[in-house]
Amino acid sequence: MRLELRGVSKAFDGSRRVAALEKINVTIESGEFVCIIGPSGCGKSTLLSIIAGLEPPTSGDVVASGSRILMFQDGALFPWLNVCENVEFGLRFLEGNGERTQRAMQLLKLVHLDGFAEARIHELSGGMRQRVSLARAIAVDPAVLLLDEPFGALDAMTRSILHTELQEIWAQTTKTIVFVTHNVREAVVLGDRVLVMSPRPGRIVAEHRIELPRPRVIDSPPVSALARTIGEEVMAHA
Amino acid sequence: MRKTVSRIVFFASLFALWELLVRARFWPDYLLPAPGGVARAMTDGFRDGDFLAAIGGSLRRLVIGYAIAIVAGIVIGLLIATVQWLNDTLGLLVMGLQALPSICWLPLALLWFGLSEKAIVFVVIMGAVLSIAQATADGVRNTPPIYMNAARNLGARGIRLYTSVVLPSALPSIVTGMKLGWSFAWRSLMAGELLYALPGLGHLLMLGREMNDMSQVVAVMLIIVILGLLTDHLVFGQWERRIRRQRGLASAR
Repeated sequence: MRLELRGVSKAFDGSRRVAALEKINVTIESGEFVCIIGPSGCGKSTLLSIIAGLEPPTSGDVVASGSRILMFQDGALFPWLNVCENVEFGLRFLEGNGERTQRAMQLLKLVHLDGFAEARIHELSGGMRQRVSLARAIAVDPAVLLLDEPFGALDAMTRSILHTELQEIWAQTTKTIVFVTHNVREAVVLGDRVLVMSPRPGRIVAEHRIELPRPRVIDSPPVSALARTIGEEVMAHA
Repeated sequence: MRKTVSRIVFFASLFALWELLVRARFWPDYLLPAPGGVARAMTDGFRDGDFLAAIGGSLRRLVIGYAIAIVAGIVIGLLIATVQWLNDTLGLLVMGLQALPSICWLPLALLWFGLSEKAIVFVVIMGAVLSIAQATADGVRNTPPIYMNAARNLGARGIRLYTSVVLPSALPSIVTGMKLGWSFAWRSLMAGELLYALPGLGHLLMLGREMNDMSQVVAVMLIIVILGLLTDHLVFGQWERRIRRQRGLASAR
């Protein structure tokens, strides 16, 4: 599903007015994987919150039909529910959700966690939690999947495994994905397109179409080379 | 194992010391009953059915009052945690009334409800409801915003946001409040029964005093202690441990 941001701006009123986002114009095509990079504090998370509908923009519009589900940096899994119940959570609020558990089980299989349905959240490693969180987001079959630095807290090896899995899941489900990160290589590995944001106020200052063949590997020379170029650009705008 | 052994040794020594003091005759036995006398009072009380009737009467009042207090306390807690002007007004009242021992309500309760069970049940409710309300409000206020955002994003709205996220997230705090509320309810009940005669454990204590039967008084006190320990360990202790285990909170023993 197509997602369009038209002049989205956001300002926070505190002791003084802070412009967090300024006139963001982006069109994301159905099934596209778009990565947004930028330094900390450039308003990336705010932008995702606005797209998800969790907070309103100060001005501008988000034009989209269908649900947009946000996956949080730390997973935001509910500790009072087990793994399967977490994945089912969003299905409770949908019409005609007859075989909730069955659907949850399928998704756990998709994220390679079959066998952990009954596990408690605190028993899982960081990477497993993010897999559960991803399964919970996909469960409600959203039109757009929004990921806010989902692998930021993971070690390099787990992160690279999850990159591969996310690309596979994306290929299988053909979801539109908006992925926010401050890691340029990660953006180059995953994205069809990489948008570069500058801080204070957050603006889109550059755009790169990534034509490298998939599956991409984070340490491969072409990824590294392209990441270096884009990284220098990010630094120049920071 | 070690714990069990040290407990047995401790309580055995306590009873031995008690027996020793009785035999030393520092005090006449109508002031300090012997363990044997208490044991006899205990078996007599249970054989006659007096104790069981008293336990039944007290527990019935306690359970009715406590159940009402749980429902009212959770509703009040939710309200003051979510509605700002209620927090400014009712919230302050709840906090203020906590300073008032609930037995102070008995004179008013007797006027309102007459010389009846209802008066005592009212005192029990007032004993438990405030700490449950306060703990619920604390738990609700401490719901991590990220859980709320995640749940709203996944489609939870209105009342279902409360039943599926806010209350489960606040549950550990609510259970702590319920545990505290139970012990307040229990104390209020005993105070009420001591002051105002209805068949119950408090009344048995007064009867013991009037008949100068200290063995019965101590036996009833023991029953109260044992009932308290049982509910604390079996009901609340188990429940709290279960919640802590499930959520991976700092493990409770």
